[in-house]
Amino acid sequence: MSTPRQPRSPSVRPRLAVFKFASCDGCQLSLLDCEDELLAVAGAVDIAYFLEATSRIEPGPYDVALVEGSITTPHDADRIQEVRRQSKYLITIGACATAGGIQSLKNWADHEEFLQCVYARPEFISTLATSTAIADYVPVDFELRGCPINRHQLVETIGALVHRRRPRTPRHSVCLDCKRRGTVCVEVAQGIPCLGPITHTGCGAICPSYDRGCYGCFGPAAQPNCNALTDHYAVTGSSHEQLVPLLRNFNAAAPEFQAAGDRLASASSTEGQT
Amino acid sequence: MSSSRTIKVEALTRVEGEGGLYVRLEGNHIEDVKLSIYEPPRFFEAFLRGRPLEEVPDITARICGICPIAYQMSSVHALEAALGVTISPEIRRLRRLLYCGEWIESHALHMHLLHAPDFFGVDSGIDLAERFPEEVTRGLRLKKHGNELLEVLGGRAIHPINIAVGGFYKAPRKDDLLKLLPDFEWGLQAAIATTRWVATLDFPDFTRDYDMVALQHPDEYAMNEGHVASTRGGTVAVIDYEQAYEEFHVEHSTALHSRRAEDHASYHVGPLARINLNREQLFPAARKLADEVGIDWPCRNPFQAIVARGLEVVHAYEEAISIIRDYKPFAPARIPYDYQASSGCAATEAPRGLIYHRYEIDGAGRITFAKIVPPTSQNQQQIEADLRDWLPRVLNGDDDQTAMECERLVRCYDPCISCSTHFLKLTVDRQEST
Repeated sequence: MSTPRQPRSPSVRPRLAVFKFASCDGCQLSLLDCEDELLAVAGAVDIAYFLEATSRIEPGPYDVALVEGSITTPHDADRIQEVRRQSKYLITIGACATAGGIQSLKNWADHEEFLQCVYARPEFISTLATSTAIADYVPVDFELRGCPINRHQLVETIGALVHRRRPRTPRHSVCLDCKRRGTVCVEVAQGIPCLGPITHTGCGAICPSYDRGCYGCFGPAAQPNCNALTDHYAVTGSSHEQLVPLLRNFNAAAPEFQAAGDRLASASSTEGQT
Repeated sequence: MSSSRTIKVEALTRVEGEGGLYVRLEGNHIEDVKLSIYEPPRFFEAFLRGRPLEEVPDITARICGICPIAYQMSSVHALEAALGVTISPEIRRLRRLLYCGEWIESHALHMHLLHAPDFFGVDSGIDLAERFPEEVTRGLRLKKHGNELLEVLGGRAIHPINIAVGGFYKAPRKDDLLKLLPDFEWGLQAAIATTRWVATLDFPDFTRDYDMVALQHPDEYAMNEGHVASTRGGTVAVIDYEQAYEEFHVEHSTALHSRRAEDHASYHVGPLARINLNREQLFPAARKLADEVGIDWPCRNPFQAIVARGLEVVHAYEEAISIIRDYKPFAPARIPYDYQASSGCAATEAPRGLIYHRYEIDGAGRITFAKIVPPTSQNQQQIEADLRDWLPRVLNGDDDQTAMECERLVRCYDPCISCSTHFLKLTVDRQEST
């Protein structure tokens, strides 16, 4: 265990801001969930803007902005530009900010019909037809994956920025983590379709350890071979009706998952026509 | 000459999600009070359609990172009602244990980091820790216990992965639960001390004639099932909830509001409602403590909700300890079912109050309709009504002071704006007129 470093004086502590866009608050909550580290983190950085945690609101510029959530409204499309202008480092946290989140399912739907489905007075609501990643609007300096993010990775990232080094967050697949923790493969042993081989590490490979397949909440791993995996599942008895929703969930609009999901969906619609 | 002014809170702080507050005054007459919710809508009820029903607890969890269990519990019970699944007593107990974890985690967060700072004029729980290091550190430990219980039972604290329609993907090992016991036994005593501490806070004298609504169950402090009871008297079966309580859409909010269907009256859900209605069913230490905290029950002061949360944390520790001690691994962890075109609804008690879900499913096990009524949307109309009565007392200060006092009141409800958007910013409008 490393010895805690002395907090820097307020003048040189990095100014941290936390911004929320369309999201569930879970990723910024991960910071408050660092119960053992919270007061130490608060001593190492100057929390200048974090609506969920403090009523103190300080104007920018900020050294580090943690951005949670996706862009779904015209107002937020403008607001992220201002966040970018005010922030030296912009770090996206979680599947909404890095890939559009579960709400990106509307990208495949009729937006007007969605409005009418949920709201009695759709004319009161101003939204975009899509939910997309922050990086689609502004340059992003670093991203933390996951739905939700791993709080240890968040502390690592903030610590790295305080000490001016690059954060260490691995990019291998969940599949490798199962081997490391000695979890029996749910695909091999039980025939459960599992996205572990193509999903980014970070969760700790929890789903297979609870006897269920990985559902990809950390998004695509580095260079995932999505087509080979889904073709394998199709051959071994999974229907496209099972596999398309598996790819289209919390990271549905991550490019690799989107392409794989669309490929299967179009294959099943072609089959349906013949 | 009378003056007209608008007081605005652009962004409410120490609440979950994003909303503001708008107040327009003509002299000292309150013309308009709006809790404006600009949290972007995410359309859960729309995109759930067509999804396999097994995904619903995973997807609805993402409505809220602070209370995912509330969404998971409500959705699985509603779907089980549709499928005709009766869960075993073992699954039922384990689900109560799971909810104990979320109540401890969510209440400890709100009490220490979001609400308590208001009573000492500081900006955050982190600032509060400088004055009350022992109390805040203790609160963070309680919060951690709740999360640790969720991690054992659910796989992780935020968006747990072990909750299935029919039960659990995997029943926990006895050893993994037993490891929690020493911390939970310390936590029970700590929660009692915390509740005694928050009971000594300086509460404004603000008593309201609330209609308080919560689940009620004949045999237990209601969490996952029961009838919808009201302090006005009478109960409604959960299947009749939508006849008794209706949602409506107002222009200043991306969250639907709720009201009583018969007279459009507002009502209050949450820990105060639960303690007022179900106090006799608290576990012994919580029940005894309720008599010792200096509150003459039923309590109708929203600022004292922090004490109700404390009592519920005590209850949750007691019940969790009891369930863990008696736990025996069981099978099956998940009750099997067959698909049938059907519909089902359920209501449970989220940390912030009653939550209602209804689903329709087709014969292939896919969702064809979803309706979700979170606690904060039910409280919105009540919060606006409270503000109308609270404002005359807090108008003497400058606009910033008034706005801050309004935020204090809103925060008593522990509003979860992320949840209700399908919440807050205060704007005060002051114009000079003759």
